[in-house]
Amino acid sequence: MAMVLTEEQQLLRDTATQFFQERVSIANLRRLRDTKDPTGFDRGVWKDMADLGFAGILISEKYGGTDFGPVGLGLVLEQAGRALAASPLVSTVLLCGSAVQLAGSATQRQEILSAIAAGEIVMALALEEGAHHNPAQIATHARPHGSGYRITGRKTFVLDGHVADKLIVAARTSGADGDKSGITLFLVDPKAKGVTIARTLMVDSRNAANISFDNVDVSSDSVLGSVDGGNDVLEQVLDIARIGLSAEMLGLVSEVFETTVTYLKERKQFGVPIGSFQALKHRAAVMFSEIELCRSVVLDALSALEARRNDVPRAASLAKARLSDTARLVTNEGLQMHGGMGMTDQFDIGLYMKRARVAAMTFGDGNFHRDRYAVLEGF
Amino acid sequence: MEPIEKFRQETRDWLEANCPASMRTPTNDEDETPWGGRRAVWKNPDAKIWLDRMASRGWTAPTWPKAYGGGGLTKDENLVLQSEMRRIKARAPLASFGLWMLGPALLEFASEEQKKEFIPPIVRGEIRWCQGYSEPGAGSDLAGLQTKAEDKGDHYLVNGQKIWTSHADKADWIFCLVRTDPTKKHDGISFLLFDMTTPGVEARPITMISGASPFCETFFTDVKVPKKNLVGELNKGWTIAKRLLEHERSMISGMGLGSGVGSSASLESLAKDYAGEADGRIANGALRDHVVQQKMDGKAFALTLQRTAEEAKAGHGTGAASAIFKYYGTELNKRRYELMLEILGTRGLGWEGEGFTPEEIGITRSWLRSKGNSIEGGTSEVQLNVVAKRVLGLPD
Repeated sequence: MAMVLTEEQQLLRDTATQFFQERVSIANLRRLRDTKDPTGFDRGVWKDMADLGFAGILISEKYGGTDFGPVGLGLVLEQAGRALAASPLVSTVLLCGSAVQLAGSATQRQEILSAIAAGEIVMALALEEGAHHNPAQIATHARPHGSGYRITGRKTFVLDGHVADKLIVAARTSGADGDKSGITLFLVDPKAKGVTIARTLMVDSRNAANISFDNVDVSSDSVLGSVDGGNDVLEQVLDIARIGLSAEMLGLVSEVFETTVTYLKERKQFGVPIGSFQALKHRAAVMFSEIELCRSVVLDALSALEARRNDVPRAASLAKARLSDTARLVTNEGLQMHGGMGMTDQFDIGLYMKRARVAAMTFGDGNFHRDRYAVLEGF
Repeated sequence: MEPIEKFRQETRDWLEANCPASMRTPTNDEDETPWGGRRAVWKNPDAKIWLDRMASRGWTAPTWPKAYGGGGLTKDENLVLQSEMRRIKARAPLASFGLWMLGPALLEFASEEQKKEFIPPIVRGEIRWCQGYSEPGAGSDLAGLQTKAEDKGDHYLVNGQKIWTSHADKADWIFCLVRTDPTKKHDGISFLLFDMTTPGVEARPITMISGASPFCETFFTDVKVPKKNLVGELNKGWTIAKRLLEHERSMISGMGLGSGVGSSASLESLAKDYAGEADGRIANGALRDHVVQQKMDGKAFALTLQRTAEEAKAGHGTGAASAIFKYYGTELNKRRYELMLEILGTRGLGWEGEGFTPEEIGITRSWLRSKGNSIEGGTSEVQLNVVAKRVLGLPD
């Protein structure tokens, strides 16, 4: 485990902390929500994030990235989680940037990675087709047509799908629905004929979309990686996103917990602070324990990625399951301990609870990842 | 060669030459636990040889000063020793409350004379210690203890009763909390050491729900204790008591990692064997979820212990995380045994006799024993109080 931060990482953490506190406060998210902002995130903020090097954090310097690596990215995401900052970090950096880095041709890398690092494009991964994360459950198909392919199918819960400048679409080129082989990734222009995109307004006020593909023609150059070999890339990319989301949720639960403990010390009933009641003290102490364990699994997963350990899938599931479940516990308890005020829109706790549920369900909740962990452990 | 690598090579060679082959195998047999002491019984004579050889280098207490018989190793050298011992699966040469609890407290609080008298026999495993803390009326409220020690000029006269004294019937000496000022609570407690063969000391084993009797009621009737056996200042024993409890808690929290009976077989293989397997999976989906949850919690806990150790090594303090170890580790261990019992079905419900394997009986008895984990050394509720107060700063 890389427990002790390098000087460079400490600097990055301090920069991120200050940036999200000052530039992307929760007021920012409220404004996006209340004005029904058509973009769903602040493009100015995203440009600033790119200027600070956050967008290119996983991208090598050759393509204009900062190459701080997964531990660095985790530090940024943790702070973003504390501030509930809406940005295309997950869609564009964690998912699509990683996919292009892992599977892209020299030309694709050169063109796309430098644009991502510069904050010039937003990308989205069109993967899910059902109500639950299931990366092999792909019915959307791509059939050879002329010198290219013709894609037909429907995708849902595509993060930042309605503002993406470029899509990566997971489609079946062989095999049956549920097979891990036979999946191919395609780079698709969202403005291409036959692509219909409908934004879905989510409970966490962040971006997602339903996208349908109706006989969409793409060239053979648009294949990302190998034909039928998309699953290997997807698995790696999804683990990066799962670990990143876990880091975001670590920030989220830490913030909710600290806010709640402060409230327990300030709020008085029966003439005393409610934090003096043992019924609440013990629940707070239990949450503290759970969050300490969360910190350990997130750091371990980030270190696994950074060191390219061979147990990344296990570490990712360990982290994503634990953070998904603890985020539910801490937001539920936080709300309860805030009493009636916690039920009001004016208090932030509800915003954290809404985000916690979306982040938990994104790329596998606790149920999904416990099952996956058991499979990886051979039972 | 780097000095530390030279040390590793020398250590490896020495262990190779000195660790008997039978001490390189795991054991679940409690009778083989090397407690040492005047009345030690060595079921396997190799265990005594192993202890004496390790003690001759001070490696039963690797980091204690050489002046008191310890190994005088640096932290890094000790890490090398531990990893080399793990490499050959060497058993711990000595199990001892003196080693785990009393020794560190003596090193911090005792006089030079006391250190010279009491520490070397601990290192050599010659004196087996027991802990006189809890009383019938002083459990979680330990500072409410009433066993009194009166100043009689050249000695203290001790009268009272202790309870849950681990292995008091087999111990040679006791470290004991006594009341020396009845008008004060925490500031009226002193820390005394005395020989269990002193007239007036009586230890009666208590039969526990597991059928074993590791704990005793211990009675003191006009026990004369020399004044030189007072550790630290009069009425300042609570400070020592608390420090010693920290050592005790860190010892107990290691249980969450699944030591003890039944740990050699993994939960999933037990579950497949006893509850059925289908397509390589534990057949019952609900049981499978419990098993994986337990494994993932155990892994997260182990990572937290590792993280805290690394933070400490980097000089970032022990971190707030250590406050939760006793609580989480013991609750985890209790859950683990509950799960094993579920997995074994009726095979986990035997008490004794030929109808069950020794492993099955061992798991059943350990399940019962594990219930005490969250009571001894400070209950889970007391631990949560400590976290709420000291870490979170919640008001009284």
